[in-house]
Amino acid sequence: MGQPTITRHSSDILIIGAGGAGLRAAIAAREAGKTVTIVCKSLFGKAHTVMAEGGMAAAMGNVNPHDNWQVHFRDTMRGGKFMSHPRMAELHAKESPMRVWELETYGALFDRTPEGKISQRNFGGHEYPRLAHVGDRTGLELIRTLQQKVTSLQQDDKKATGDAESGIKVFAETTIIRLLMRDGRIGGAFGYQRATGDFFSFTAAAVIIATGGLGKTFKVTSNSWESTGDGLAIALRAGATAINMEFVQFHPTGMMWPPSVRGVLVTESVRGDGGVLRNSEGKRFMFNYVPEVFRNQYATTEEEGDRWYTDPDHNKRPPELLPRDEVARAINAEVKAGRGSPHGGVFLDIGSRRSEEFIRRRLPSMYHQFKQLADVDITKEPMEVGPTGHYAMGGLEVDPDTQATNIPGMFCAGEASGGLHGSNRLGGNSLSDLAVFGKRAGDAAVAFVDEHGHQTPRFSDDELQAYAQEALEPFRHAGDPGYENAYDIHRALQEMMFSLVGIIRTEDEMRQALAELDKLDERAKKLKAEGPIAFNPGWHLCFDVQNMLLLGRCIANAALLRQESRGGHTRNDFPTMDPEWRRTLLECSLDGDTVKVVRIPGPKVAPELMALFDRHELEKYFTEEEIDEAEAANRAGGAAVAMGEGE
Amino acid sequence: MGYTAHFRVWRGDANGGGLVDYDVEVNPGEVVLDVIHRIQAEQAGDLAVRWNCKAGKCGSCSMEINGYPRLACMTRMSIYRQDEIINVTPMRTFPVIKDLVTDVSFNFEKLLSIPAFAPPPGLQPGEYRMQQEDVERSQEFRKCIECFLCQDVCHVIRDHEENKKQFAGPRMFIRLAELDMHPLDVADREIAAQEDFGLGFCNITKCCTEVCPAGIKITDNAIIPMKERVVDRKYDPLPFWRRRRRVEERASAQ
Amino acid sequence: MVQAKAPFGVDAPGRASVGKRTLRTDRWWYQPNATAVLLTIWVAYATVRVFWRQYYFAAEYDYLSPFTSPCVSASCAPGSSSLGVWFGTFPVFLPYAIITLVFLLGFRTTCYYYRKAYYRAFARTPSACAVPEPHKRYHGETRFPLIIQNAHRYFFYVAVLISLVNTYDVIHSLFHGIGLGTLIMAANVVLLWAYTLGCHACRHAIGGQLRHFSKHPLRYKMWKGVSKLTNKHMQFTGTTLGTLMFTDWYVWMLSAKVFADPFYIHF
Repeated sequence: MGQPTITRHSSDILIIGAGGAGLRAAIAAREAGKTVTIVCKSLFGKAHTVMAEGGMAAAMGNVNPHDNWQVHFRDTMRGGKFMSHPRMAELHAKESPMRVWELETYGALFDRTPEGKISQRNFGGHEYPRLAHVGDRTGLELIRTLQQKVTSLQQDDKKATGDAESGIKVFAETTIIRLLMRDGRIGGAFGYQRATGDFFSFTAAAVIIATGGLGKTFKVTSNSWESTGDGLAIALRAGATAINMEFVQFHPTGMMWPPSVRGVLVTESVRGDGGVLRNSEGKRFMFNYVPEVFRNQYATTEEEGDRWYTDPDHNKRPPELLPRDEVARAINAEVKAGRGSPHGGVFLDIGSRRSEEFIRRRLPSMYHQFKQLADVDITKEPMEVGPTGHYAMGGLEVDPDTQATNIPGMFCAGEASGGLHGSNRLGGNSLSDLAVFGKRAGDAAVAFVDEHGHQTPRFSDDELQAYAQEALEPFRHAGDPGYENAYDIHRALQEMMFSLVGIIRTEDEMRQALAELDKLDERAKKLKAEGPIAFNPGWHLCFDVQNMLLLGRCIANAALLRQESRGGHTRNDFPTMDPEWRRTLLECSLDGDTVKVVRIPGPKVAPELMALFDRHELEKYFTEEEIDEAEAANRAGGAAVAMGEGE
Repeated sequence: MGYTAHFRVWRGDANGGGLVDYDVEVNPGEVVLDVIHRIQAEQAGDLAVRWNCKAGKCGSCSMEINGYPRLACMTRMSIYRQDEIINVTPMRTFPVIKDLVTDVSFNFEKLLSIPAFAPPPGLQPGEYRMQQEDVERSQEFRKCIECFLCQDVCHVIRDHEENKKQFAGPRMFIRLAELDMHPLDVADREIAAQEDFGLGFCNITKCCTEVCPAGIKITDNAIIPMKERVVDRKYDPLPFWRRRRRVEERASAQ
Repeated sequence: MVQAKAPFGVDAPGRASVGKRTLRTDRWWYQPNATAVLLTIWVAYATVRVFWRQYYFAAEYDYLSPFTSPCVSASCAPGSSSLGVWFGTFPVFLPYAIITLVFLLGFRTTCYYYRKAYYRAFARTPSACAVPEPHKRYHGETRFPLIIQNAHRYFFYVAVLISLVNTYDVIHSLFHGIGLGTLIMAANVVLLWAYTLGCHACRHAIGGQLRHFSKHPLRYKMWKGVSKLTNKHMQFTGTTLGTLMFTDWYVWMLSAKVFADPFYIHF
């Protein structure tokens, strides 16, 4: 191959990823007057955010006036088994209502309450109805709204300058393959346009990583093809650190049949709206799986659980609405005990419990999904569901207030960042996460540019050419039988990760997984791509596979080290939670080519936030010493704020 | 159980191309996209296809299967006979990039030309009050996943390249209708629908509604109501209607 | 001429060169052709019947064919002018119901669903989805004459009056007696109302034009009712063509004494 042309593009702020977080950051940055470049792997408006279904959690108190940020904060901490970064959880709970309301000013149309406010629905782990929603397509509403806001900012720029792309330029279907660094600071990114294979350098004074998750590392997943963890991998290679990688959320209800759609999400709203889980004996088995820590908050009889839907103030919620990790483990256990459905899941039944009209109005896309893909009428028959890889709680380690990473000028928001969700994310908290921390990352990047100047570094032609040549390597082996195509390695990685580093883990399996990863790494050194460079998926996958191999190693290493079970990390050989591990984070980084996972101390929960829980509950998660320390601090400050009103 | 299907997939680019034969395994429950992926993984690693969620939610895998515009991820193989030759081509209204991937930038340019939601001045976030019955019509149009199949099937531009300048297409008409029916939008979009976006070109032959994978009743609920609103403003000689619509506009501005 | 051969539509430069204009393998041609045949038959029948000026009134039962209603000229058969005689004798080329026929024809011709049907069946713009149309240029309804389609609502207003007249015909015949013919005429009128009230112009006037349903609860209710009819508008366009034809034929048969109305009870 000769010398490919490399197009240079420069702006104040580069945003990698055009999902909810990336777009919200772009809006914040543009509204502050900065020039913004958005680079995304898909067409504009197709990012994985579109697949979020249930809603966007925000303590607006529209349906239940008792709701407020403290309650939301508590739910988030409990859901994450107190591993959530307390400051992030606090900011998230405080700011999410405003982020939802803002969307209305951009044109979003949420479902309404009779008073004309935004309606809110129940969801697993949320004490009150809290999720702003539009039917079961809330993610679509979020991404479309943000996309339309970006378009409207471009219209403003067009009026002012005559060029719609003068303020925000979107490079759709463009993949970033490495970050550009200069003197330990971020300087931009390097990538190629998928349609043509042309290379681009995007220099910027600040970069925001908003590339989402890594679900495609697993065989059964609800994630779209984009979720290959690109942002995480390129950031790690540039020297960033990632935390909580061992925590992977398996959503309890993915489709089981037909095989080609295995893993496609069945929204939690089915359960929020009255759906229940049954085993092959027709029994609502979730009542047998309420863990000690949640014993007081969930119904013990079917009658009470059923009453809760209409009278939530006087009844406890049914255990089908436990946090996702609990439900996923319960389903797993039922199937292992031989009480599963014909295709290896359990039954999710709403057809026998709610009217056809209700189901079709509240869950229209679920109705169509099952009708079209599985020939199942959910208003009449139960669905077959089972756990599916859904969300990575782990991600880049960031400052809770600014989303800044350890690399100056580099920020990260959304699923790609770690911390907020601790060991397990509550449903509905991801969309609000995107909006809250997307905006914060955008604001912080603006502040960074203001402080350090708009100057973008210049990278030499030679340097960029070297990156391009490296990227073209797979084409040099086209037709070589000693080389492999990326599809085979990807499939092998997905199967290995799902069976060995999936829902249930053991030390032996982790060691086996790491050995498998060694083999796959070797194979991945010999990747080839056939055919022309223009829109060549076989070539594109070469980069994705390298990224997923790296992250798979982070996950397996961290999962091996964490000798306890918590949230999205279940060790059969260490089945309980350990308060010592609660305050320990596992940090993944690259040392040369070697993945390194080390223990670091986790963030302290501020005493005033500790005071939001009663001591009895804290004892399940914290060491005595931590609780005493917080109580002493609160007494000393006289600030034993009685916010944790009785429970 | 499984069988071997005969696929003819369009391969090529803007300079030319044609249908290429593939014999490929099909398993129960599979959709056309699964089969395309199998061709990609086993026979043609460089076969270009655009896709994302594989669950009918993102609207990426729009193509034409046996000449009919469809989402490949929602088209089950069971609707075809096992001995049938299945022709798969890219959308034929847009310029082709490679194989099954087309350049859909026409649609993004049109989206950029539609003036954004215009809320009443001074209304703060959190103060919005809208009734469910008032948002429902617009919510239907916001189900749009922007797969652009309606744009692809619309003969106004499919058969007449020269109309692309003056005609925005069904996707844009539901966007206009969405905003025109939004309980709080204060902009005037009705005259523009006719004069700037070419609503009059539509002869309501309903193909957009037929192909819509989101089940939006594009013709009945968006295009025809917009045509009637245009008549109110532009064609109906009775001043009563024009006055009524202006009053409506003013009321919504408050 | 070079220009005539220049590729257009799906063969335009830049688009995928497939070679065939359509790859549809289903019977896409069936529906437009069937529509064309049925509409032609109907138009032929109706033309013959309205110009024939005979066998449109079964005096024995007081049944008046909807094709001739209202009959208000001095040429009308005795007893058929229940609304009175407004005009002198009509010249032979003028159908008796000329004043309503013009509007009925206009109502149906400008109806959104008839437009779809005849654009597909006759104009072939397009005959089926993703099947190329044969025309080199297309301007839709932006110019004369098709811009007249925007007058649909005026035809609707008159169509409501005509439906009232048709209703009156049924009620009037009830003073005479009741039989199978009455039921046929009544069924026709009910379907005509369902067709007329489900019209998109009606849906717009009743409530569709509003921005805030919540401020007009009654009209919202009516709009929801009309919307239900509009959902079935397609079916009503077809069935009312059939019932109109059948009612007329039935009156013809009775009037020509081919058979008598069974079960008829004189009052």
